[in-house]
Amino acid sequence: MAKPKHKLGMGKTVGLILAGLVCFVLVNAALLHGTNLALFSPQGYIAGEEHRLMLYTVFILLDIGIPTLILFYFVAWKYRETNKKAEHTPNESSGKSLVFLTWAIPFAIMGLLAAVMWPATHRLAPRQALISDVKPMTIEVIAMRWKWLFIYPEQNIAAVNFVQIPTDTPVQFVLTADETPMSSFWIPKLGGQLYAMTGHQNLLNLMATSPGDYPGRTAEINGSGFAGMTFTARASTTDDFNSWVQDTRLASDVLDSSTYNKLLKPSENMPSTVYARTDPNLYNNLLVKYSGTHGGHAETATE
Amino acid sequence: MKEFLIGRLNLEALPHEWFTIGGTAAFFAMALLAVTVITRMKRWKWLWNEWFTSVDPKKIGIMYFLVSGFMLLRGGLDALMMWLQQSLSSGSSHGYLSANHYQQIFTAHGNIMVFFVAMGFVFGLINYIVPLQIGARDLASPFLNTLGFWLFVAGVIMINTFFVFGGQYAATGWLAVAPLSGTQFSPGVGVDYWIWSLQISGIGTTLGAINFIMTILKMRAPGMSLRKMPLFTWGSLCSMVMAVTVFPLLTMTLFLMFFDRYFGAHFFTTTLGGNAMMYTNLIWMWGHPEVYILMLPSFGVFSEIVSTFSRKATASYWTNVGGMTGVSAFALSVWLHHFFTMGSSADVNAFFGLMTMIIAIPTSVLFFNWIATMYKGKIKFDTPMLWFLGFVALFAVGGMAGVMMAVPPIDFQLHNSLFLVAHFHTMVVGGVLFGIFAGLSYWFPKIAGFRLNERIGKYAFWCWTVGFIMAFTPLYILGFMGATRRLDHYDASTGFRPFFIMALLGGIVIMAGVLLQIVQIIASVMQRRRLADPTGDPWGGRTLEWAVPSTPPSYNFTIIPEVTSRDAFLEMKKQGLPTKKVFEDIHMPRNTSSGIYISGFAYLLGFGFVWHIVWLIILGVLGILTCLIKRTFNEDTEFTITAAEVEDMEEKRIKKAHASRAGKDLGTDEDMGLKEFIIIVIKWALDIVKNKRWKKW
Amino acid sequence: MVEHSELIHEEAATERAMFGFWVYLMTDLLMFAVLFAVYAVLHDNTLNGPTGKDLFSLPLALSETLILLTSSFTSGIGIVAAREGNKKQVFTWFGLTFLLGLAFLGLELKEFTEFIHAGHTISSNAFFSSFFALVGTHGLHIISGLLWMGITLYYVSKRGLTKSMVRKLTLLSLFWHFLDIVWIFIFTIVYLRAFV
Repeated sequence: MAKPKHKLGMGKTVGLILAGLVCFVLVNAALLHGTNLALFSPQGYIAGEEHRLMLYTVFILLDIGIPTLILFYFVAWKYRETNKKAEHTPNESSGKSLVFLTWAIPFAIMGLLAAVMWPATHRLAPRQALISDVKPMTIEVIAMRWKWLFIYPEQNIAAVNFVQIPTDTPVQFVLTADETPMSSFWIPKLGGQLYAMTGHQNLLNLMATSPGDYPGRTAEINGSGFAGMTFTARASTTDDFNSWVQDTRLASDVLDSSTYNKLLKPSENMPSTVYARTDPNLYNNLLVKYSGTHGGHAETATE
Repeated sequence: MKEFLIGRLNLEALPHEWFTIGGTAAFFAMALLAVTVITRMKRWKWLWNEWFTSVDPKKIGIMYFLVSGFMLLRGGLDALMMWLQQSLSSGSSHGYLSANHYQQIFTAHGNIMVFFVAMGFVFGLINYIVPLQIGARDLASPFLNTLGFWLFVAGVIMINTFFVFGGQYAATGWLAVAPLSGTQFSPGVGVDYWIWSLQISGIGTTLGAINFIMTILKMRAPGMSLRKMPLFTWGSLCSMVMAVTVFPLLTMTLFLMFFDRYFGAHFFTTTLGGNAMMYTNLIWMWGHPEVYILMLPSFGVFSEIVSTFSRKATASYWTNVGGMTGVSAFALSVWLHHFFTMGSSADVNAFFGLMTMIIAIPTSVLFFNWIATMYKGKIKFDTPMLWFLGFVALFAVGGMAGVMMAVPPIDFQLHNSLFLVAHFHTMVVGGVLFGIFAGLSYWFPKIAGFRLNERIGKYAFWCWTVGFIMAFTPLYILGFMGATRRLDHYDASTGFRPFFIMALLGGIVIMAGVLLQIVQIIASVMQRRRLADPTGDPWGGRTLEWAVPSTPPSYNFTIIPEVTSRDAFLEMKKQGLPTKKVFEDIHMPRNTSSGIYISGFAYLLGFGFVWHIVWLIILGVLGILTCLIKRTFNEDTEFTITAAEVEDMEEKRIKKAHASRAGKDLGTDEDMGLKEFIIIVIKWALDIVKNKRWKKW
Repeated sequence: MVEHSELIHEEAATERAMFGFWVYLMTDLLMFAVLFAVYAVLHDNTLNGPTGKDLFSLPLALSETLILLTSSFTSGIGIVAAREGNKKQVFTWFGLTFLLGLAFLGLELKEFTEFIHAGHTISSNAFFSSFFALVGTHGLHIISGLLWMGITLYYVSKRGLTKSMVRKLTLLSLFWHFLDIVWIFIFTIVYLRAFV
């Protein structure tokens, strides 16, 4: 049978595919030039660990994935119908050893991954306090529609859509929400996300390692203002942080219950604001508001 | 009074946004066109008797394909609209959609693609192929099957109803997580449409799944023990067993959400003791297995195709079966990996991470087994095999991305990001949809009586694959850049934009692939005589569906075959096919309109609940009950075709098949290409214009 | 010969129907499992309102239980009678089952109305939501069971104890036993536990 004109040969097809892939990679590389892969340029301890873990995992997976794919396409190519030299055994089924391998390889890889995963999950649990010589700091975070309210209980100041933290200091974010659907607190360059939910306190421990402005946002959809619910996390030296605190204490706005209730009203794309003082009872009032929700007390981090 | 008559439905609810008006106009135009054509061709009666009330799983299968095909276009359009918005809406520009519209679109996209495209196609394939593969003439309960299908259709109509009667769709994401979906944050009717669309079609799915479990376990041809069952049937069985396990969970969860919204209950609210986290748990206990419900039949399709096109028996049948049953056994123990970020303890997270890795084992085993099947085979690269080769690459990438996210600390960074979106699209498109396309092109000759055009089919495959890579690689990258999903707007400084534009271009290429698939079918119809499959066995098949003629008679098998080996039909071919035809009496189920009526009332019931129209709710309940009682106590549901009638029908069928192959095809003597197709279409159009042929219509 | 194949066909249909109905019961059981799980999570969330212990009446729940258990027993005897083709006995025993079912329903409605009169509805708090959903869903099942029983008995009186009618009665009594088992769980988890 004559080969129809339109048919590409197997070799040409493979060549085209490879050429296409190379072009595609080049285009993407060009697009990436100058932009910033947040997850690959961690600026915090946790983000760094998560990045390292990601690389390990990818390495283990590709170790088996690439050879398997190559083997797959090689076998497909080798035993193509037009290859008259290749063997054909229509009824042969896998021998015992092949079946064993079929099961053993995935078992081994997943076992290896699990061995990496289990301790890492415990070590990098969000509520796990970070070990450091510096005294840790607490920031209360309240998700609202559609803004983030940060309260510094120790400094007695507050900010909306802006949070400044000292570098190399463990920071414990205490996350909750008020009259807002589940939101997810995420600063990609400092570390992974955690949900902020009404009636719950979730603890997220992060530590910035170098100064800079890092974008943060909600990662979980929570209504029409979702896309604009962003904030800036500014990491600075301890001195800069302290002077920022001093400056903030001179700000004109204060966070009392009337300001708080205004904030509670839904609004979108709110610019960042700082508050010189906070009502120290605000956060506790919030816990009382949702208490009784779960047998009379607000839970700390869900089990 | 007004409250009683129309509930909360009012003029304001009618479509007044440009995109709902557009949808409404398109909907009415299409409906008008369809009605005109059918009326003109005097086909209403035929449609009702031969199709709508049919209990033949083959016809129901085809109807599933048609509905899902339409929904694929609708969902695909949604995808393009989303990418267009994301390409435009950066910095000071806010695109052409409001946040709320955008959120409705991605919610609808997700629901339509999962429930009405993937599920529909999967059920269509199972309907058409499983009875043929197991040597059965019909299903255990033909009525449940038609009811399941029409409930599915009612769900489809419900999800599109807001185009016509107004209101809006849910803007909550495809699973409508609480408390966002509660009345506190979503007061409109959007979530109610969501609830009832899923509820009605979900109940249909449960009924269908019960039916297929009965059919597969109780109606196999004599000699076909479970150890001789074809792999697609195995995949379908695993899938259906999972469906009856988890769809009741969905049904109840939706009811609880409905109680919250309609009666003011406090299951998932933020106040008065509700627990929203419970909703997340419940919905994912269904949601994760749902993915495997879609995936397993697809694994079955690929297992059949690899074996057939490598012309070699499955390397290790039990490994293959073990892989599929293993997946379904563990499917219900991994749900929490969808929300590692909710704040569970490290032990809980690590446990579910471990389970996720365990479930990856049987999946990878299937891969190795497919390689072993091809090894020392004689592989033909027809389109079904091509879809398989594409699937392997995509699925491997998607699978590895999935295992990455099974590590909780990595998931903290990737969860809710576009990386996640890219991951599950790679699985659902690369895994499920490619499986469906492979299956459709593999079994098309059986269904239509002629093969599909290979040439255009290959173009379509390449458009899909290339388009997919173009569209989703940027999404993986965007995930690494820290881009979350569901963004209708982002800051210009993020640098996301070029990647969204790339994704949009990829989406357009995929759409070209869809168009090419339509062209492929039309071109194949044009050349149906040349592509005809007179033998019923176009690929050198191994299983029983190839033992019957293409297209099969309503009763599938004149004589139920005795099965002696795993590849039953291959064995029959070796033994020599019987030359002398014998006939026997055949019991067949009668057509019934009960399914369509019950679904109609179910729709009214759902609509009543959406808009709080009490009389409609009562009417719906009474209607459903009356139809059910009438059907249950109807003893005359079967009829017998005598042996003589069967012989007569067989003769007629053969004559008809011969006649359909007589005459001349369009085009040249090989599968027509795109250029030839376009030329033919243009000539045809010119002919119509020149000879004023429209006057005849 | 023809009759023989007819018979096999009929028997196969019965076997399939039984099997399919079992699968259906499993799906129904899973729906109840969700309700039980939800009740387990939410039953403490009373927000300082009355708890189960303050409201439930153990004698009432116990009599409901006994009534339902008896009705399960009578429906069982009814099936034996149906298999023997004794139409009169079928009516006696299923009639009794029907009345017991009604009595159960009456007691349940009494409890519900008392709660609602005291101002405790499904929207009061999460505890009441989960209570009404769980017990109410069971009650709805009882209602549909009674409906089904009434209609089946009507058709039995019209058509006699045909094979298909006996099959329907068998499935019905299976359903009734199932509801009994679910109720035992409700009795234990909802009522008894409130007093432990």
